[in-house]
Amino acid sequence: MSAAVGYAAVAGQVVVVGAGAPLLTGWMRQVRARLEGRAGAGVLQPWRDTRKLLRKEPVTPVGTGPAFRAAPALLVATTVVAAALVPLLSTDTPVSSHADLIVVVSLIALGTLALALAGLDTGTAFGGMGASREMTVAALVEPTILLSVFALSIPAGTTNIPAIVTGAVHEPARLTSPAGLLATAALAVAVLAETGRIPVDNPSTHLELTMIHEAMVLEYAGPDLALVELGSQLRLTLLLGLLSSLFVPWGIATSASWAGLAVALVLFAAKLVLLGAVLAAAEVFWAKVRLFRVPELLAGSFLLAVLAVASSYFLSGAS
Amino acid sequence: MGLLRKIRTTGRVAEPAPPRPEAEQPLAAGELRGSVQVRCVDAGSCNGCEIEIAAAFNPLYDAERYGARLVASPRHADVALVTGPVTRNMAEPLRRTVAAMGEPKLVVAVGDCAIDCGEFAGGYGVEGAVADVLPVDLAVPGCPPEPDQIVAALRRVTGR
Ligand code: SF4
Repeated sequence: MSAAVGYAAVAGQVVVVGAGAPLLTGWMRQVRARLEGRAGAGVLQPWRDTRKLLRKEPVTPVGTGPAFRAAPALLVATTVVAAALVPLLSTDTPVSSHADLIVVVSLIALGTLALALAGLDTGTAFGGMGASREMTVAALVEPTILLSVFALSIPAGTTNIPAIVTGAVHEPARLTSPAGLLATAALAVAVLAETGRIPVDNPSTHLELTMIHEAMVLEYAGPDLALVELGSQLRLTLLLGLLSSLFVPWGIATSASWAGLAVALVLFAAKLVLLGAVLAAAEVFWAKVRLFRVPELLAGSFLLAVLAVASSYFLSGAS
Repeated sequence: MGLLRKIRTTGRVAEPAPPRPEAEQPLAAGELRGSVQVRCVDAGSCNGCEIEIAAAFNPLYDAERYGARLVASPRHADVALVTGPVTRNMAEPLRRTVAAMGEPKLVVAVGDCAIDCGEFAGGYGVEGAVADVLPVDLAVPGCPPEPDQIVAALRRVTGR
């Protein structure tokens, strides 16, 4: 019985992230369009785009090798595995004992690396430029994600994400401690950078010279492009979901029950819709920062993460 | 905060959508079903047409609401929006751009110059109209064409 609920929770997480990712992107574009005074293409537009791309002719540019061909599938696969591991709906699943922080962060990093290699593999000027920028950003972002979650793992005494989330549900004081707040801020900036949003990267730019993520995927066409776009939508959903699980964990099922799972599902969707709307609204107000200022921004968020770990260590040591 | 007040007082500026254009969809566009990625190619225009294309995607005309979107790479595109007479130097890049697009693909000629060389007919640097270089699926006449006409042509492609 409880095992069935656990498997249902894992399947539910994958399905919700998979089906919800294009909708979340469509929702964010719609919010943005409305704030700009536009009518907007509708929440379902990313689904239409994906449907059309899957029907288009696949194009493999001359001179590209295995790295270019494997990257889209690898990007989607790593994200789906991470979505199954991270406690988005339930902390009590058959895979929750494997959901280690370091595993999840390296899965995300593996997807980033695959895409950067694909960008280099095309041999075009913009592909290589995008890859080098992406790795610069990734080198600053991955440690920040690790450290800010470490700050939360010190009170929990483990790097297992479901255990951290369960601990926070039972002891909300951990989240409002200075360490919790600093870690929230650090992780939020890291998530923005990792998913290529303003102020680090502009997902709807047409200017090759300012691109980061887009520059790496300029050569993809048809079904491959559909996978790449789905992959980046999945990552956005996954990382926003992780953010909400870690810092607003209420509603996540901590025991195996169908009712708990249903409540978790509704609350998870509500949290993501809210978070997406806030992010889209914030993007209307922000400008993209100059590329040379991006490391400063990310170093700042890394500093916050270090402070979070330090305060978590000293404050919990004192008590 | 000024921006917030501006957003609240301005509200929606997009004009109400005109009725869907009567003319039928070009054949290749049937597969696209409401999602069209557009790549602009300036083959030698005076930039008047580009300004009108930019206006077609502004909040007022909002071509994006019909499912059209400008993209940065011909590999992502379904439609090549070609403006201006094709100059000798741009003929080959134009052919290569359209060759880089995956099927189904359409070529839309925007402006009188793209249709029959317009102002620049007979110029020493002009190779010919777009149709002399590539098969054209749709033409938008005018010098420059008005944004609503560009939007109407794009709607014929998206079918929305
Ligand atoms: S059609 Fe008119 S506006 Fe357009 S490129 Fe030609 S001269 Fe310029």
